[in-house]
Amino acid sequence: MICFNNVGLTYEDRNVLTEITCELNEPRVGIIGANGSGKSSLLRLINGLTTPTTGTVTVGGLDPTDHGRDVRSRVSFLFSNPDAQIVMPTVGEDIEFSLRRNKISALERHERISQALALVGLSDYQEHPAHLLSSGQKQLLAMAAIMVTEPDILLCDEPTTLLDRRNTRVLIDIIDALPQQIIMATHDLDLVSQWPRVLVMEHGEIIADSSGHEAVATYKATVDR
Amino acid sequence: MIGIYSPGHSILHRTPTGAKLLLLLTFTSALLIFRSITTMGIAAVVLLVAYVLARIPLRLAMTQLKPLRWILPILFAFQWWLLGIESATLITSTLLLAVAAAALITLTTPVSAMMATLERMMRPGQRWGLPAERIALVLALTIRVVPVIADIVNQVRDARRARGAERSMRALVTPVVIKTVGHAHELGDALIARGLDD
Repeated sequence: MICFNNVGLTYEDRNVLTEITCELNEPRVGIIGANGSGKSSLLRLINGLTTPTTGTVTVGGLDPTDHGRDVRSRVSFLFSNPDAQIVMPTVGEDIEFSLRRNKISALERHERISQALALVGLSDYQEHPAHLLSSGQKQLLAMAAIMVTEPDILLCDEPTTLLDRRNTRVLIDIIDALPQQIIMATHDLDLVSQWPRVLVMEHGEIIADSSGHEAVATYKATVDR
Repeated sequence: MIGIYSPGHSILHRTPTGAKLLLLLTFTSALLIFRSITTMGIAAVVLLVAYVLARIPLRLAMTQLKPLRWILPILFAFQWWLLGIESATLITSTLLLAVAAAALITLTTPVSAMMATLERMMRPGQRWGLPAERIALVLALTIRVVPVIADIVNQVRDARRARGAERSMRALVTPVVIKTVGHAHELGDALIARGLDD
């Protein structure tokens, strides 16, 4: 369970988030809102990439600021720019990088890498140079590198921003099929309109917290007003 | 020349990384100690045989040496002027053979294997605070960011052309530096998210 308790975030005298209090338990939670509304900051607080100025965030009872390692072993993060997320020169090596601290046999390591590649349809690319992949394939690789660690929660920060329609569909089909809890910040309203819970953010505050349909309608109304 | 691994099952691919690094050290040391045209000839033949054994395509091998195409003639001319043709030949051929040998190691060794070997080699230093894992990671990141920065430069060059500022160095350098620093920040976040700082 992810809990925000009166969380505020200030950056250089600017209020990025103000008095956020909520619990995120649903298997799918969307976050929508304009650029700069605080969507990414909210996600970054969950796995301790950002520390709240006031209030507390807990993930399964643990504060990410104090228990970063434990939280990050359970919570993975998919960024919008896969180029920043891929560390190793080849596809297989990048996935293996995620397992570097897992004390598992070489055989299990190999099997988990193969499974992760199969999950995203990159089985034929294991020894392929990462920089020669298309943007869509790079995002799928970033996804595989995350899923190989078998996290409980997946945070997605506008993961489809750099993708074409086809690759967006591929990525979303993969995400839809995952058993993990997914918290996704996105500008793609169709994507989250069917989700059980969507937060609408504006100027660092949650202005609506409801089902996907209602939240999307609220957000559209704020844009049109 | 980003020294990307070329997959294969040759004897060189199967040789342990530590042994390959030791061979590279021996090879380059021999070039420097036994400096003669004969040594260079023998070393060239040995290296050629090694490339054939590793089944590295000629085009890929030549790509590794491409960045030297400007440095070598300038170095050769300069050394010829200063020290004479024999010294110039020895110095430039030593550089060429050393780079070709190093390229052969990277072509036949996955970066992850190189990282693991370097970490093992630096392990004794960890007692005195040597960050072995981070140093090995820097090697991998250096190789990884070369194409990323090349992409950034190409994007900025196109943008500069589109705005009619082809000759402006400021219009090239400033955005490249800003974008590169931005990429470094994003990469840092991603590394933390992937558990590097834990």
